[in-house]
Parts: sequence; structure tokens; C-alpha cells
Amino acid sequence: MTVILFLLIMGCFMCLYRVAMGPTPPDRAVAIDTIGVMVVGICGVFGVVTGRDFYLNIAIAWALLAFIGTLALAKYLEGRGFDE
Amino acid sequence: MDTLKRRLLDLIIYFGLWLLLTWSLDWQGVVVGAVLAVLFAIALSGLLPEKAERLFSPVRWFWAIIHLFSLLFWIIVANFDVLYRVLHPNLPIRPGIVKIKTTLKSDEAKAFLANSITLTPGTLTIDIIDDWLYVHWINVHENLEDAEAITRDIAGRFEVTLRRVFD
Amino acid sequence: MNSQVGLAPIILISTGVIFDLVGALGLIRLPDVYNRLQAATKCVTLGTFLVLVGVLVHSGWNAMGIKALLAAIFVLWTSPTGSHALARGAHIAGVRLWEGTVVDRYKEDTGR
Repeated sequence: MTVILFLLIMGCFMCLYRVAMGPTPPDRAVAIDTIGVMVVGICGVFGVVTGRDFYLNIAIAWALLAFIGTLALAKYLEGRGFDE
Repeated sequence: MDTLKRRLLDLIIYFGLWLLLTWSLDWQGVVVGAVLAVLFAIALSGLLPEKAERLFSPVRWFWAIIHLFSLLFWIIVANFDVLYRVLHPNLPIRPGIVKIKTTLKSDEAKAFLANSITLTPGTLTIDIIDDWLYVHWINVHENLEDAEAITRDIAGRFEVTLRRVFD
Repeated sequence: MNSQVGLAPIILISTGVIFDLVGALGLIRLPDVYNRLQAATKCVTLGTFLVLVGVLVHSGWNAMGIKALLAAIFVLWTSPTGSHALARGAHIAGVRLWEGTVVDRYKEDTGR
């Protein structure tokens, strides 16, 4: 399970590369959304490793907040013009 | 279905969700959940659409389950498609935004069609305007003028089941 | 620490993690916002879904399994919706498509 956790966190760091280097703000928004969904999976794996169920509460709350945050970011992007 | 019945259904859904999330039949928890469910059903605007009596039709549920399984199959195909495109050294993509016309009528059906299209091989819905769906396609066909073939390739496999679920 | 994880959950979770990594790799390699969004949405949604189903299979029908199932359904439902919103926002904000793009009917029709 440690290997799986390591791989998931590595995936999050690959997304962070896009957050840091993304040429336009929407690229960064996409990467942040992806990290949000991955963290839900990380919480699930933590639940299996420790055998406690409150990590799944965190997963559900995180999924809700990531979704609402994505919608807010998208609405924010609509009002701005980014040309390169 | 009138408003009162829909609110009652909302209440049952909220309460069921509470019971699933807490997963205990301790009487204090159940009482708090019931009070919160009543408050939410009164305070929030309705959860269910106008024609909520369709929830009780077993034929629609049957087609919904068929749709879910076909969706899972196409999601797995889509993932292997992305795997091939991402790991290929030359990135074999030919993207473009096409538009397709859907024959589905209700808003819920269109929303589910858009979500289904997003999860299937190489396509991503960008916007819905009336009956037209604008779809970003990662590997566009050779002949762009053949609108019917494009519609059939992208949406045809889901419209059959979704029409039986929602319309 | 309970390290007694069965074979089926391990297979499900490992497959999910592999698809997560493919999605992240697509996010790095593909050329523009819309293509990245495609790879990220499809792969990361199925990856997280499989991880959570693996948690359900591991723990059975108790508090943890039900919560994992609810989170899985929620992710499967909302992740494509979020990606529509992001794609529409990016297009309205005027992010250019990749130069190899063949056609853009959305711009032709809406002028945005």
C-alpha cells in the first residue's frame, strides 16, 4: 500500500508541474481540478491503510468542495480575457 | 406530480442520505437526521424535476441500469484510448470542435448525454445551445461535411438508452 | 496498521492508480487546454472511481464501504460537469486552440 500511496502522490506532483508551468490560467485551473479528484483517491487509500472510516468523510467533503471550487474557477475564467 | 408530493420525496431522499452517511441506528442520530431532513425539504428549493413520478417506473430503471453498464464499458475503452495516445511518442491527435444535433427533448436527458459524451473515447462536451451540442473531439473524421455520421459516432450509442430513460 | 488487504482490492486500487498516473502524464504531454482536459477528466475519473470501488470491496458493506460508494458515485457524476464548465470558461476567455486543430464550429457559431 505504501507504493500505491507514493505513486498517487507522484501523480499529484505531476499535476503540480502543470500548475507551475501552465502557459494560461485555464491550464492551471484544469490541473487544480485534477489534483482535487486525486486527493479523494488518496483519502480512500489512507482509509484502507489505517482501517479508520473518518478518512472517507474527508473524501466526500473534499469531493464536494473540489466540485464547487471548479465551478467557481470556471465562472471566474468566463469573465476574463486571456490571450496568450 | 404536485409540489407537496415532490417535497415529501425530497425529504425521504435527504433522510436516506443521512442514514447512509452516518450508518448507525442510534436514536439520537436518527432524530437529528429527521429534523434536518424536514428543515432542508422546507428551506431548499426542490431537488426533483417536474415529472418525478417517472422515478417509480421499473422500465425506466431497467434502461438506466443498461445505460450505466454501457457507460462503464465505454469509459474503459476511453481510458485505453487515452493510454495509447499519451504513451505514443508522436501524440497521434487531430483535434477539433464539431457540433452535433441531439434528438433528446428533456433537459435532464441532455445533461446526462453531455456527461456520457465527456466520459467516452476522445470527446468532450463544451456547450449545449438548444438542440446543438458542441463537442471537442481529439481525433476528427476525414470528412467533416457528413454531419449525420459524426452525430452517430458521438451520440448515437447513448441516445437509444437515454431516450427510454428520460423521454 | 492493518496490512491484510485481499487480492481483489489490491488489483482494483492498482489499476486505478495506473490510470491516475496516465491522466497526469496526459496533463503534462498534450498540447492545449482542451486536450489536457480530455485526458485528465477521463483517466482521473475512472482511476479514482476504481480506487474507491477497491475500498468498498476491501471493507464490505459497513460505514467505510458505503461512504466510499457514495464518494465514487459523486465523483463519477460531478467530474464531467466540472470539466464542461472549465472548457466553456476557457473557450469564452479566448484561450487559443492548438495550431494542429482542424475545425472550430463553436467559434464560427457564437463568435466568441
